[in-house]
Amino acid sequence: MSDISSGRGRNGIWKRIDPAVATAFGCIVLLLLVGSLYSSNFLHLEYLLLQLKVASFLGVIATGAMLVILLGQIDLSAPWAITTGAMMSCAAAAYGPTGVALAIPFGILCGMAIGIVNGIGVAYLRIPAMIITLATNAVAQGLMVVYTGGFSPQDEATEAMRYIATGFLIPSVPNAVLVWIVVGAGAVFFLSRTTFGRAVYGIGNSERAAYLSGIDTRRILVLAFAVSGGLSALGGVLLAGYSSKAAQSMGDVYLLPAIAAVVLGGTSILGGRGSYLGTVAGVILITLLQSILSVMQIPEAGRQVIYGIVIVVMLLLYGRAPASR
Amino acid sequence: MKDWKYWLAEQRGTLLAFVTFIVMFAIYVSNHPAGFTANVVQTAANKGVLLAFVAMAQALVVITAGIDLSVGMIFILTNCLASWIVVGTPLETALGIVGVLLAGLACGAANGLIVIYGRLQPIVTTIATGAIYFGIALLLRPFPGGGVNEDLADFLTGKIWGVIPVSLIVLLVVILVVWVPFSRSVMGRTAYATGSSEAAAYMSAMPIRRAKFLTYTLAGLLAGIGGLFLTFFTYTGEAALASGNAYTLFSIAAVVLGGVSLYGGTGSAIGAVFGALTFRAIGDLLFVFDLDPLWQPLFQGVVLLIAVSLGAFGLLRVRNKLDWFA
Repeated sequence: MSDISSGRGRNGIWKRIDPAVATAFGCIVLLLLVGSLYSSNFLHLEYLLLQLKVASFLGVIATGAMLVILLGQIDLSAPWAITTGAMMSCAAAAYGPTGVALAIPFGILCGMAIGIVNGIGVAYLRIPAMIITLATNAVAQGLMVVYTGGFSPQDEATEAMRYIATGFLIPSVPNAVLVWIVVGAGAVFFLSRTTFGRAVYGIGNSERAAYLSGIDTRRILVLAFAVSGGLSALGGVLLAGYSSKAAQSMGDVYLLPAIAAVVLGGTSILGGRGSYLGTVAGVILITLLQSILSVMQIPEAGRQVIYGIVIVVMLLLYGRAPASR
Repeated sequence: MKDWKYWLAEQRGTLLAFVTFIVMFAIYVSNHPAGFTANVVQTAANKGVLLAFVAMAQALVVITAGIDLSVGMIFILTNCLASWIVVGTPLETALGIVGVLLAGLACGAANGLIVIYGRLQPIVTTIATGAIYFGIALLLRPFPGGGVNEDLADFLTGKIWGVIPVSLIVLLVVILVVWVPFSRSVMGRTAYATGSSEAAAYMSAMPIRRAKFLTYTLAGLLAGIGGLFLTFFTYTGEAALASGNAYTLFSIAAVVLGGVSLYGGTGSAIGAVFGALTFRAIGDLLFVFDLDPLWQPLFQGVVLLIAVSLGAFGLLRVRNKLDWFA
């Protein structure tokens, strides 16, 4: 019983819509209406495109988080995978023209390395994902602190990094949005059209059953964690390009929103169920919520409280475990 | 098997943690420039006790195979609260302390309510409630500041008879008042049973939900005691996100070093206390060996990574491959 089968059903459009995804889109419309009452700018195309650009950073990071959550695992190493990606790509830029050319891939590779350590810990050593990812997060933080000496690094982002974050390949559509679209299209393709995607949903439902069906579940786990780390790092590269610098703990504010976006989009935290459309809805929902809270000039403290409450309430609405044993 | 063998098997993790602590502390003290003096012990105790309270909180929840990623934030929240209300006359101070402990208890109870009666995953729930607790802490203390009853603070962080650190005595009292009665009660037994096999505990008609709820609530209380002590050490309240995250992380490291299985069912809060003291001693080794403090986060991260990887040795005992995927 997974959403793939119900998604393939031909019994009319209503049965094919996940109630959680519908709720998330409903909340987006509601937020826009509330926002437009507050300020007429909310429905302007310019504002919406700006929000989409801000959302694309979270969207790339949430894609990685979703992949891991679909497996029934969790990746808490995102904060320092993001920061590592940003810092290492900026650091590479200091090593001449080759460094500049390889800055973006190098940053992503560093994130993937963190993900591979996570994956090996989860898949082969069978350490709970939450624990090993917290540990690698701490190690990545330690490495970056040693590398930077505890200060914000002086290296600047390369032209290419700035271009993919803030440039305009298509007029008035920020490139960051294009990056998210490419990443999202890739995620949809791999999740719904390849054996890798099938295996991810299968493992999320029951790793035992997937193993007995001849899937090399451990290889898939390592691969998924590596992709998740790489996407977090890509998010960091984009963020560094956006602000033209990397900063200490720049990734800390993305952990909760990324997981929240995935969960609010109807992906089961227990794994095996969820669609990428839901994650897109969750990302936009979170971004709009952030935007409205900051327009209403609610301080950081209030935002944290509202965030937490929104996530708990949404989870209580449709993220509960079954009552039966 | 003889009775003492059973006891030994049950306490293996705790005893191992105790021995590790003695070894690490011996290395630490023998390399410390001042040597084994009352002041060195006092400083080490004060730093260790903070983490020990938070680690005990984490251990209670981990024993039931749960996890509480908000302990660090409850710790920070109660610190900020204490910097407002634990001041003034002895009576006001006493009421303030009660208020702080109740706040910790309430945070833990909220976690318990949502996780157990709301049937949500503890990881996501406690990350979210942690955000709420941190937000409240930030509302209470947008900027570091506040105060505390300094006479009481000096007493609780000092020594009695010039030798024994008072903080260690408080830790001992908390263990005797909170942990020992809990672990010997029906609730404590149920917590262990739930951790090792929830289905079996359910079939034995044990009060699973009440026991789990109690562990989350007591975890909040213990984290609150930790927050109170933080205020006594620093004389201020500060809503520091990094500090809250670090304490959550270190509490997990301490629990693992203390021989509490992350899969639940084994270990004890006393083990976690020694785990916390060990973790602090290891962290401080860098200072006595005169290394750059910049290396400390990396060093602590690597210790944590190694500690959690040690749990993988259990895999070697698994005969059936399918048990890997349990």
